[in-house]
Amino acid sequence: MTATVTAPPPAHLRQGLIAQNPSILWFLAILAAFCFGVTFLAEATGTGALSTSMVKTLGKTLCLCLVALAMDVVWGYCGILSLGHMAFFGLGGYAIGMWLMYARTEIIVVQSLAEATLPPTAAEIRDGIATQIFGVVGGNEFPAVWAFAHSLPLQLAMVVLVPGLLALVFGWLAFRSRVTGVYLSILTQAMTLALSLYLFQNDSGLRGNNGLSGLQNIPGLAAMGQDVIAIAFFWASALALALGYLLFAWVVSGKMGSVIRAIRDDEARVRFLGYHVESYKLFVFTLTAVVSGIAGALYYPQAGIINPAELAPIASIYLAVWVAIGGRGRLYGAVIGAAVVSLLSSWFTGGGAPDVNLGFYTVQWTDWWLVLLGVSFVLVTLFAPKGLGGLIDLIAERRAPQRVGDYGPDRSALRREEGPPQGGEQ
Amino acid sequence: MSALLEVSGVSVTFDGFRAINNLSIAIGEPELRAIIGPNGAGKTTFMDIVTGKTKPDAGRVTWGERSLSLLGMSESRIAREGIGRKFQKPTVFEAQTVRDNLAMALKNRRGPFDVLVWRERPDDTARIEEIADEIGLSAHLPRIAGELSHGQKQWLEIGMLLAQEPRLLLVDEPAAGMTPAERAHTTDLLKRAAETRAVVVVEHDMEFVRRLGCKVTVLHEGSVLAEGSIDHVAANRDVIDVYLGR
Repeated sequence: MTATVTAPPPAHLRQGLIAQNPSILWFLAILAAFCFGVTFLAEATGTGALSTSMVKTLGKTLCLCLVALAMDVVWGYCGILSLGHMAFFGLGGYAIGMWLMYARTEIIVVQSLAEATLPPTAAEIRDGIATQIFGVVGGNEFPAVWAFAHSLPLQLAMVVLVPGLLALVFGWLAFRSRVTGVYLSILTQAMTLALSLYLFQNDSGLRGNNGLSGLQNIPGLAAMGQDVIAIAFFWASALALALGYLLFAWVVSGKMGSVIRAIRDDEARVRFLGYHVESYKLFVFTLTAVVSGIAGALYYPQAGIINPAELAPIASIYLAVWVAIGGRGRLYGAVIGAAVVSLLSSWFTGGGAPDVNLGFYTVQWTDWWLVLLGVSFVLVTLFAPKGLGGLIDLIAERRAPQRVGDYGPDRSALRREEGPPQGGEQ
Repeated sequence: MSALLEVSGVSVTFDGFRAINNLSIAIGEPELRAIIGPNGAGKTTFMDIVTGKTKPDAGRVTWGERSLSLLGMSESRIAREGIGRKFQKPTVFEAQTVRDNLAMALKNRRGPFDVLVWRERPDDTARIEEIADEIGLSAHLPRIAGELSHGQKQWLEIGMLLAQEPRLLLVDEPAAGMTPAERAHTTDLLKRAAETRAVVVVEHDMEFVRRLGCKVTVLHEGSVLAEGSIDHVAANRDVIDVYLGR
């Protein structure tokens, strides 16, 4: 009287990416619904209930979600607590900002020189652009780093190459010396601090503390209103986030995911299995740096301005806090953390939250938000290490264990989906 | 029987303490060898040197037909050359399933890009199931390794070693913390493995070593004190003095 129970194929045989990560479909569906909602409410394409600045804020939030994803992969999955990933984000922003500023200034300079009797030469135009851009730091010629700024394709390549190469060189030096744990975190902080301090200098070639500005004006699209540009960037950011999610879901599933989680848990043991741990760390570090750079290149045109303070050490620490609050070691956790915390942050610091009058003291959130954030971080670390993403576990249906063998004689322990008991029936 | 691994004249000092002192050992292929010795005799340090974890101050460690020196190689390179190691404490990846643990250890290309595009083929599946069967964990493949009992973790680690298909297996106290039945199973596993490859077992427990029935090397203060069958070394006066007589 053996009853045959038709079980689904074991998990390892369902090798499709989606089948292994059902969260991908959920994520893409929610992201798509969010995009349609925003498009429907935006000024350019819908009812106008959402202001253009709000659309930009949401678009920027999507970029922050993307860099948080990268942080989650490098920290939550591979165990490298990098406190320097916002440097890569900023470098991506600088790379695209250079083209935006160059091309827009070029249009202005050409217009103003067109009124002259003689047509301007290429050198005159170039000098004009340099004076316009670098006048603020007392310069009038292009530093070497601007060599490719005239070309959008080259500068787009820089968005990927500059963060990628920096991560490759830094990672190679750090990982081959077997710098790990808190020492590596400190080293990454030093990297972002050094970069930030360098950029603060007027002779760094990137306009010192003025940074690059006017990035919201897309050259050649002057006729298009900011409302249209905002929604276009919003969609581009959403697309980048979706692709980034798919990319990282693919990387952290399968054997690659297995190896990098193993490195996080016991890297010495992984070495004795024959894996060159340093190469894997370098791969993850560089890949996430490149994605961070792309996220930055989408973020700063929406923000309109980038300056060296964006690369300050604190920015990368915030990034780690978002991922910790969202729940590291799961991709959607990072997205939830970045979205919730950064939106709450702009609500509190933007004066959106009402002051709380305690009678003897009025809590002004613009001052107290950081305290609230810090306390939340400590509480999440201590009491809810799974973070906000852990809440999904409570909602999601609990998966039945993959049992092999019979269900045992105990009828009461049997769950409905497990079928009739085998043997010992009475 | 030619020597697969040859350790000659190796010395290593930690903060003035001579852990290994002019040690020479040769392991053939196939061979089962037990290394015994009191605490601090240098058994684990010997393994650390062979697997590249510790660099010796002097001496040579050569490997294989072409007598490659292992001294300049990284741990991962040595593992890829075909030396597998099992630690004293079972070290499996507890957050991952038994299947994932075995799949990671399977002999395959180890580069990041090879691993990124790797898919489990039918022969990989068959190999994983064959190993699981050998270590008695067939029914536990989908389980998280952290849920296994101590003995099962030890076997899983031995299984991972077998999956690596090493030419030389270094096994550190495989029977520690096992029940008598589990010990018997472990002895069988090691003996079977040693039919086709070299297996070096570091062990404290004389009874376990006796059951392995192989050549025994006794280490004391970082060098070889005696070598031969278990009865031969057990009769050796020096061995009785420093180790067995206690």
